[in-house]
Amino acid sequence: MENRPLEYDYTIAKMFMLTTIVLGIVGMLIGVVLAFQLAFPGINLFLGEGLAEYTNFSRLRPLHTDAVIFGFTLSGVFATWYYVGQRVLKVSMAESKLLMILGKVHFWLYLAVVAAVVVSLFAGVTTSKEYAEFEWPIDIGVVLVWVIWGVGMFGLIGIRREKSLYISIWYYIATFLGIAMLYLFNNMEIPTMLATSDVGESGIGAWYHSVSMYSGTNDALVQWWYGHNAVAFGFTVPIVAMIYYFLPKESGQAIYSYKLSLLSFWGLMFVYLWAGGHHLLYSTVPDWMQTMGSIFSVILILPSWGSAINMLLTMKGEWQQVAASPLIKFMILASTFYMFSTLEGPIQAIKSVNAIAHFTDWIIGHVHDGVLGWVGFMIMAALYHMAPRVFKREIYSKSLMVAQFWIQTLGVVLYFTSMWIAGITQGMMWRAHDEFGNLAYSFIDTVTVLHPYYAIRGVGGLLYLVGFLMFAYNIYKTMSARPVEAGELQSASPMGA
Amino acid sequence: MDIAQLQAYGYFALTTVLVIGLYGYIYHLYSKKKDVDGIDYESYSDMALKDDIDDTPVSSISDEKVTREGVKEK
Ligand code: HEM
Repeated sequence: MENRPLEYDYTIAKMFMLTTIVLGIVGMLIGVVLAFQLAFPGINLFLGEGLAEYTNFSRLRPLHTDAVIFGFTLSGVFATWYYVGQRVLKVSMAESKLLMILGKVHFWLYLAVVAAVVVSLFAGVTTSKEYAEFEWPIDIGVVLVWVIWGVGMFGLIGIRREKSLYISIWYYIATFLGIAMLYLFNNMEIPTMLATSDVGESGIGAWYHSVSMYSGTNDALVQWWYGHNAVAFGFTVPIVAMIYYFLPKESGQAIYSYKLSLLSFWGLMFVYLWAGGHHLLYSTVPDWMQTMGSIFSVILILPSWGSAINMLLTMKGEWQQVAASPLIKFMILASTFYMFSTLEGPIQAIKSVNAIAHFTDWIIGHVHDGVLGWVGFMIMAALYHMAPRVFKREIYSKSLMVAQFWIQTLGVVLYFTSMWIAGITQGMMWRAHDEFGNLAYSFIDTVTVLHPYYAIRGVGGLLYLVGFLMFAYNIYKTMSARPVEAGELQSASPMGA
Repeated sequence: MDIAQLQAYGYFALTTVLVIGLYGYIYHLYSKKKDVDGIDYESYSDMALKDDIDDTPVSSISDEKVTREGVKEK
């Protein structure tokens, strides 16, 4: 032991890479099923009448959202943390037994919580709050997982050699603190067994059921403060952490402006928390709060573009790398989609635009150009960069990567363009009326018109899933590809033909 | 003044303070260019680029730990 050179220990990172891929496949597969169910309702019964309870759209939808958010994305965040964290702090997990144990407990407990979520959502046990569907026993598990991650994170920071914290570490810390605060506040709930009704009944409902501590407008406000900031601290902050590490590292280029990265960090933290009101425009929340939500949403363009432009400019003078390397392609497209959806979001948050966009498929389109183009691409790129380093082998196939890139890009484009058209059509048809104020269309008229766009979205989603399977295969084959020397891993990742 | 009005003034004041803080920070970053340890902010990019365990830290936390440097050979 004494004479063994010190190395980074990627045990935990590898475990989370596995769940990123597996839960990604599960979540996106369910997404594709949902998409085709909306286009062809017969698919709701794809396992027959008897099992319809488990295969219908409404049962599967929260499984999709939770699998891709808390399964795929969060696993990706953990996997990259256990990789990037050690490297930029210049300390190995192997140097502390405690940190290794915490890491393993973190992983296995996380897996147990995932299993509990899958079983309970399939069984239809849910609190019915979007992205917070888990009943209280599971919530306690979630909090434990989070606390253990936090202890491990600050433990690693505590024994670091590098005095300053690299910008990505700031973003990981913000992810940890942000989600901790949001999750706790939004999930304040009381088990129904502790409640007593007006007529004196007690021990109401199953032991695992609970009701939110908030109600009515307050509940909506807390829910969307949570919901929007889950986008902030789950889909933005940790993904920015990734791109600030992986793009400079893979391209061998220093960040265009480190100062700009610090500045955008504080800008993002400052502005994001106030933007959630844009989910509740024209609702019963106070008017000033809605206006505030709109205004802060528009201001949010600045820090978001600050990070994205910083990434694009990092490639200044090195654009040939984008053509040459599929890995860089993934990251450059990711930051482009980040710019794109952070422009689209503020536009949708403007009150008059929201009057058309709200409740329509345009929102679904917006969600998915962000998550497919930005979150999905960046996480896959991160895992591609990590694979040769954690397995000490070259990436199995570059041409497979190139093919995957184009298939998925086409998939994303089909997804969001069809949803734009569908959404705006819906919005216009819902509000169209004749000179006496009678509605021009009934709901079913819109459904008929939207059918082709739903089918196109299904195809787009299927292409993305096919690309994801190619990614999974490529990583799997990398484990037995040509071994590489440490010297080959300095910047651009080694790839087989 | 009722509570809602107080909240509104409080909110405005907080926003103003944060805006001034943020702009002050921008001014600081671009006028000073270096942090309190005298290290150019831009050199912190090296934390990612030179991140092997035996690479020299941009600024190390203690001299004692740096001596580990070179223990590992590649
Ligand atoms: C193969 C890829 C995917 C397909 C085909 C797909 C499909 C769908 C469908 C059909 C819906 C329901 C839309 C509705 O109710 O009208 C949905 C919702 C959603 N999906 Fe996906 N999805 C995919 C990937 C992802 C990924 C990777 C993420 C996140 C990382 C994601 C996050 C979400 C979210 C947050 C919602 C809820 C949106 C809202 O309520 O406004 N999806 N998806």
